[in-house]
Amino acid sequence: MAPALLDVPLLDVADLACRRGGRPVFDRLSFALGAGELLALTGRNGSGKTTLLRALALLVRPEAGTILWRGTDVQDDPETWRGRLAWLGHLDGLKGDLTVRENLLGAERLRGRPAADDRLDLALVAFDLNALAHRPVRTLSAGQRRRTALARVLLTQAPLWLLDEPLNALDAPAQQAFRTVLQQHLTHGGLAIAATHADLGVPGARTLELSA
Amino acid sequence: MTGFLALLSRDLRLVWRRPGDVAVVLAFFVVATVLFPLGIGPQANILARIAAGVLWCTALFASMLSLDRLFAADHEDGSLDLLLLAPWPLELAALAKCAAHWIVTGLPLVVLAPLLGVSFGLPPEALIALAAALLVGTPTLSLIGGLAAALTLGARRGGALLALLALPLCVPTLIFGAAAIDTLMTGEDLLAHIAILAALALVALATTPWAMAAALRQAGE
Repeated sequence: MAPALLDVPLLDVADLACRRGGRPVFDRLSFALGAGELLALTGRNGSGKTTLLRALALLVRPEAGTILWRGTDVQDDPETWRGRLAWLGHLDGLKGDLTVRENLLGAERLRGRPAADDRLDLALVAFDLNALAHRPVRTLSAGQRRRTALARVLLTQAPLWLLDEPLNALDAPAQQAFRTVLQQHLTHGGLAIAATHADLGVPGARTLELSA
Repeated sequence: MTGFLALLSRDLRLVWRRPGDVAVVLAFFVVATVLFPLGIGPQANILARIAAGVLWCTALFASMLSLDRLFAADHEDGSLDLLLLAPWPLELAALAKCAAHWIVTGLPLVVLAPLLGVSFGLPPEALIALAAALLVGTPTLSLIGGLAAALTLGARRGGALLALLALPLCVPTLIFGAAAIDTLMTGEDLLAHIAILAALALVALATTPWAMAAALRQAGE
């Protein structure tokens, strides 16, 4: 293998620009992320953290710029790119009438993968959801729902996590559980980009401050 | 295909957990249809003549009733993002949603309509023609309705707008669907009308998923 290839970062974003309602949200945004790295997006409300996450997921069409994964433009093959992402929006994306377990299994099947019971059990344990596994999600508190949504992220085994305010509504033990899971994901070579106001407790995390 | 079946079974399971939503639609169909014989009076020749048109129109209205929740529920709880991010074509996801809608509203209408046809004094062979025409025609209503639901997603007063968009597009299906039952009186070929209904369904199947996917991506921005 050519040594130069080793220097190519996994995710390379160059000159990204986005507009919302005719107004530029950010312009000429560039960053690169390697295996095991976390990028924390900070900035005031409305500074474009969510828009940047949605642009990276190709939910919002960027006006200009490129998003490269291992050197190839992700817009050339959006389906493969989507398969590499785990998404946690500011909405939990859970169905109130389904149980925690059904929600997690259903989300995995929606990704076109057979749901493995042992992986599901691990995800439930990681966020202390075992006792709630058979409860309909509509009967859960906001924090318990957030934990379910985070368990869904863990279950995907996707290399890149895009997280919008992951600590929202979480109590102290749940925040600690999330930090442990995130640290493990990074240790195994995963990447994460998180819009956050709080410290995610990952040593060596990089920060990108967006200004409105 | 795994994803398509997963979404279809999830939507059917959600309906199963709240059977009331579907029961309201079917009850509307029954009540609205039965009002016609009551309002017009027991003139058997008039009732039998208008039965096909009345049953098709009420079936059309009934299938519009539940459509405004088709994508709106997913939009509100954030599941739409997960569909947009699923690593398989969004067109298939839109199709799965419409298939689920047809199974829980279209299919029961096919079963209920002949029973209601009896109250209009339709002869048995007309009841069979009615069921056959609805079976081939209702998928078109679900697909066109799904397109209208996707286009009006996030719009204020989306429900009324949805009906305004979908109903004119359903006119060809309505015309040939009602005419299929009349063939027994006019002596025309029933199969020809069924074939036209099938052709309309295929045209809807070949075009609406792409339009729905484009509309959903727009709503996700």
